[in-house]
Amino acid sequence: MSTGGAFAWFEAFLADCRGENLLVEEVAGPAGPARCLRLDPEDWGAFARLAARTGLRWCAVWGEHRPPRIVVSACLERAGGYLLARTAVEEATPVLPSHTPHYPAADRPERHLQDLLGVVFTDHPDARRWVRHRAWGESEFPLRRDFPLRREAPGPTPPDADYPFLRTEGAGVYEIPVGPVHAGIIEPGHFRFQAIGEAVLNLEERLGYTHKGIEKLAEGRDAEGLARLAGRVSGDSTVGHTWAACQAMERAAQLEPPPRALALRGLLAKRERIANHLGDVGAICNDVGFAFAWFQFSRLRERWQRDNARVFGHRLLRGAVVPGGTAVDVSPQEHRELAGAAAALAHELDELVPILEENASLQDRLVGTGVLPRETAERLGTLGYVARASGIDRDVRRDAPYFPYDRLEVRVPVRAAGDVAARLAVRIEELRIGLELHARLLDMLPGGAVRVPWRGAAPGAEGLGIVEGWRGEILAFVRFGPRGEVARYYPRDPSWLNWPALEVLIDGNIVPDFPVCNKSVNASYSGHDL
Amino acid sequence: MLRTLYKIARTGVVSEPAAKDAAPALEVVGERLRAALVRRLSRSLAIRQVDAGSCNGCELEIHALDNPYYAIERYGVRFVASPRHADLLLVTGPVSRHMEAALRAVYEAMPEPRLVIAVGDCGADGGEFGVSYASCGGVASVIPVDGVVRGCPPTPAELMRGILEVLEIAAGQPK
Repeated sequence: MSTGGAFAWFEAFLADCRGENLLVEEVAGPAGPARCLRLDPEDWGAFARLAARTGLRWCAVWGEHRPPRIVVSACLERAGGYLLARTAVEEATPVLPSHTPHYPAADRPERHLQDLLGVVFTDHPDARRWVRHRAWGESEFPLRRDFPLRREAPGPTPPDADYPFLRTEGAGVYEIPVGPVHAGIIEPGHFRFQAIGEAVLNLEERLGYTHKGIEKLAEGRDAEGLARLAGRVSGDSTVGHTWAACQAMERAAQLEPPPRALALRGLLAKRERIANHLGDVGAICNDVGFAFAWFQFSRLRERWQRDNARVFGHRLLRGAVVPGGTAVDVSPQEHRELAGAAAALAHELDELVPILEENASLQDRLVGTGVLPRETAERLGTLGYVARASGIDRDVRRDAPYFPYDRLEVRVPVRAAGDVAARLAVRIEELRIGLELHARLLDMLPGGAVRVPWRGAAPGAEGLGIVEGWRGEILAFVRFGPRGEVARYYPRDPSWLNWPALEVLIDGNIVPDFPVCNKSVNASYSGHDL
Repeated sequence: MLRTLYKIARTGVVSEPAAKDAAPALEVVGERLRAALVRRLSRSLAIRQVDAGSCNGCELEIHALDNPYYAIERYGVRFVASPRHADLLLVTGPVSRHMEAALRAVYEAMPEPRLVIAVGDCGADGGEFGVSYASCGGVASVIPVDGVVRGCPPTPAELMRGILEVLEIAAGQPK
């Protein structure tokens, strides 16, 4: 458990809680960086009000059915210090005050909890279902222990046709429904636009189409099986999610992977970030018709992925991170090749980036498009490059560092404008910083083994993993059951907190700019729908 | 502008080297693909891709088919925005129950004759996600499938070969 600087605010906050007559008690929580408070269910809402007033950032909420109760945990953060608030409600009367009136970020996560566990949030401003469509009924809750994983479907699942979307009425206002199947090669989701002329008046997202029961599937798995599943929460973040899940499991099991393995995880995470940014920088430019950038950057991405395949055995780095360390290593020869390829990429960027920056017609389309103001980004709890492009200077690797980042200086690029151009600039800067860190990690790569054998966790052991994925903060909670099997896994992809930002930043833009705005955010559907 | 042209000239054509690391050589696969298209589909193949619940890994590799190394368009293959324009449906899975109706609707919207390829281990049989309260499993549990390209995800070269196989089988059948 950390104390020190990151928790300088903690004692005063605890005193404030008691001053407001909240029944709080500091208790031992999941192994990891967070301090844990136990709360009375009735104080759940008042706690959030005080936390919001104190400037804590809201990160996540999840629940676990532990008959006859449902244990609910919420994670918050301030100045790099994480706080886990916990309470429990009876399964027969699972009612809690909502955090959403104080933290808009809690809106969809709480509705997810309502759909999957049946927790009712009394003063939630939006009682509609969220991840639930028609695969299960309103009074059924897949994450309850008595709900079977492989329940037979009575027949074809009907479409979720009667979801009550918001409506806009008035002369000249029309509605554009888009999805779940989109025109490009992308994931499914539904967007409901209200527009007047070309301008977007309102966008409402409807997600949950790719819900495949990841949380339920995790139950009963062993550590290896959970790592495999975590690597498929969002295919483009396989390193990030597997690292977070393994970190949680290793903390729960008090298992310390060798330093070489952790440095390699850092290297793999850099490679994942660089590959994704390369793809997206090209795609963002392509969405406004600048095909040159798309061909150039997709060429660079392909080369980068081929190096992944050659050195780490997989183009997307699947299976590289495992409980206890990594399944991959780097030979001296490969070490030189990776360093050489990274230097060559840096040189390519030196040639390409000025072309993007000096192209007036490209900048004309990106500057001022899709603006996310800083206050809105703060209010929504926005993460990663989306937050950083709106002036929020936040990065887990620097603010709550874990090895190897506690040994490295992590520069965090920040832009103030909050538009597509700013998000593109932050991503390009992250490419450069990523290549610097890639070089530093190769230089510092400690010797020794890359893996210690997984030796199991004590019954009931819990761990919390928090890493900075390429999209932003990834959080993973794991609790082990009586036989050392996984009893609960909750992965919080940053997309949960970035999807709502897209709804806001599109306001007032023209409908044809939606693809470029969407790509500049690039939230994961799968990572959100679970 | 000069800088852009200079970069284009210096980059050259990278599509050729792709042949080196695919077995059989990508060029060979591509040429057979072109020949199959000539026989079967008047030289062009329109593909509609549907993500029926994947983790998005397969999408990244399907996207790569369009990059300059694979440049699948040079063989007459292109991705189209509507199933009504498509000869072939490329489906990644598992098919989530929430996408089941949408996938059926896409299939129904395609003109006949139509081909379907299930992509990835999840598209094949549900993969890591299997069959559950939320997942129908493989694509074949929802719509008829003509071919399967396994992998997690399959590489772009494997995807090209998978498309070719299905076309060659289809070309052998009476139209």
